[in-house]
Amino acid sequence: MSEQKPYALIAEFDSVATIMRAAEKVRDADYMIWDVHSPMPIHGINKSMGLPPTILPWITLVHGLAGAVFGLLMCWWMNATTVPGLSPSVQGYEFMISGKPTFSLPANIPIIFETTVLFAAIGTVLGMLGLNKLPMLYNPLSKSRRFLRATSDRFFIVIEAEDKHFELEKTKAFLESLGPTAIEVVIED
Amino acid sequence: MSTTTDTASLSQWELQPNNPSERVPLVLGDNDFTSVTDTVTELALRRTPQMWYVAFACSLALLSILIVTVGYLLTTGVGVWGNNNAVSWGFPIVNFVFWVGIGHAGTLISAILFLLRQNWRTGINRFAEAMTIFAVCCAGLFPGIHVGRIWLAYWLAPYPNELGMWPQARSPLLWDVFAVSTYATVSLMFWYMGMIPDLATLRDRAKNRFAQVAYGIFALGWNGSNRHWLRFEKAYLLLAALATPLVLSVHSVVSFDFATSQLPGWHTTIFPPYFVAGAVFGGFAMVLVLSIPAREWFGLRNLITHRHIENMAKVMLGTGMIVAYAYSVEFFTAWYSKHHYEQFVFMNRPMGPYWWAFWLMVCCNVVAPQALWFSWIRQRVWMIFLVAVLVNIGMWFERFVIVVTSLHRDFLPSSWAMFSPTWVDLLMLLGSFGLFFTLFLLFCRYLPMVAMAEVKTVMPQAHGEEHGVRFDYQPDPDTPEELRRGHWFT
Repeated sequence: MSEQKPYALIAEFDSVATIMRAAEKVRDADYMIWDVHSPMPIHGINKSMGLPPTILPWITLVHGLAGAVFGLLMCWWMNATTVPGLSPSVQGYEFMISGKPTFSLPANIPIIFETTVLFAAIGTVLGMLGLNKLPMLYNPLSKSRRFLRATSDRFFIVIEAEDKHFELEKTKAFLESLGPTAIEVVIED
Repeated sequence: MSTTTDTASLSQWELQPNNPSERVPLVLGDNDFTSVTDTVTELALRRTPQMWYVAFACSLALLSILIVTVGYLLTTGVGVWGNNNAVSWGFPIVNFVFWVGIGHAGTLISAILFLLRQNWRTGINRFAEAMTIFAVCCAGLFPGIHVGRIWLAYWLAPYPNELGMWPQARSPLLWDVFAVSTYATVSLMFWYMGMIPDLATLRDRAKNRFAQVAYGIFALGWNGSNRHWLRFEKAYLLLAALATPLVLSVHSVVSFDFATSQLPGWHTTIFPPYFVAGAVFGGFAMVLVLSIPAREWFGLRNLITHRHIENMAKVMLGTGMIVAYAYSVEFFTAWYSKHHYEQFVFMNRPMGPYWWAFWLMVCCNVVAPQALWFSWIRQRVWMIFLVAVLVNIGMWFERFVIVVTSLHRDFLPSSWAMFSPTWVDLLMLLGSFGLFFTLFLLFCRYLPMVAMAEVKTVMPQAHGEEHGVRFDYQPDPDTPEELRRGHWFT
């Protein structure tokens, strides 16, 4: 713990236009473990950063289908099954009401629809948090006073020391060439 | 309220007459990212307007009325309501349908307008979503307490039990349980997820330790990473796409409670679209009732602009016309069906003992919104406010007319009876407003009332072309192969 290891280099920018151009140059310099931080989503930055599309819609689809199957099986089990020998607590409850069939798909569609939406929505939110590795309990970047403005009005490029192209002086010079308003070294602890 | 009468303080955009060829900016004044953040975080972190304390004291008083009446109901029994054998569904169901309807505008603004690329929603969506959550809380209260033995309300949920009984999945009342609980859950997730970046802003700007920790916990460590933003926006889009059919389904399902019965006046196929339109109509009226004072008190006139208010007024006018059409179709169908029970109900509404409720509904819901055709009236915020208040009253009476006038005189004249609310009914309705406003004021005080990150995306500075700077560096069209390998699971 004696010597202070750098965690990352951060470069501050003050507009969307400059950070988008800077991001393209970082991408083309083959850095891998780096990021752009901004107070709002920058549309088109995924291209500038070279980010592939997210798999989140597939997660939503899978959860939605699971919800539909769950809703269908639940309605069927609850009102249309009698399994001999099964404990009454998990036994279905076949209740004949005004001559209607005990299982009828149209009557169960509202519930199936709701479980589909519910599962898909929960899957989407948890999927987003999971892919983003949130909640993040601690982040060395938050020690930088300057970096606090990333959630209000400033834009940052962060290149982490773990990146294989990272060399403190060389990367610093590279970031300086992008025209930032400030550069800071964040120390790991 | 002196809103637009002092013309000196208005910007040029607010005074401009309607010109459809002119695109009014969504954020007025000399605002940049810094000032938007300052305006919104100021409310939560520093200054509390005097009016907030006054309003909060009033709504706490109303909330205590609700607590006392619910306590009285639980200790005495549901007989304290004015319901009787003929009118078995009285105020609790009227209030339930009213409050569920209020919630719809929030989801409509946040989901449907989002999918339709209506950028003007960004100033008001957070606000409206919060309103949805709190309205659904109020709505959930009434069916919860009207079951009689409230301590057995969990029987509505499907779970294995020793009684060997499951809920009846063919019953619209169970559909309601699923629809409303799904709606509440999805709305809450939508609201909270959308708020995460703004909570992070509050965390980073809070000065005292307690606020930093509290906002920090709910911000989940958000730091504005664009890898995160990419998935966040996709998740937001997906949730909007899921919430859109959901919002249409919820009030349709609520209308099934009525429409699948055989009671004249309820047994109508127009009920699902009619209820949805009515919900949006009443919900937009409530958004206006809340946002007009809030933008004055909290100094948000540059973020919630006159254009927002006017657009909402137009939506209210449009949905009001759908509701008016639905009223007339009901009468037409009754006449055309030659079904004499049905015809009797529709004669009984305007001319029977509850004629006053019917005509109050027509005046508030059909006549009053017509004023919004005139731009002279839409230019005056207090007039829009007045119409919105009338619409809220009218929409409550609409549900009263549907529930009570159909039940009190049905097939058998020997079982006809009148319904009159008891003091518990009236105080409970009043108290539910206390619950709603208390939650809403707490939200205004402690949470980001305007979606900062979203407002920033609709500002010209967000498009990377400010000061005439355009991209001179040509992007590499292919994602580097190495990058793709490193982040395939993204």
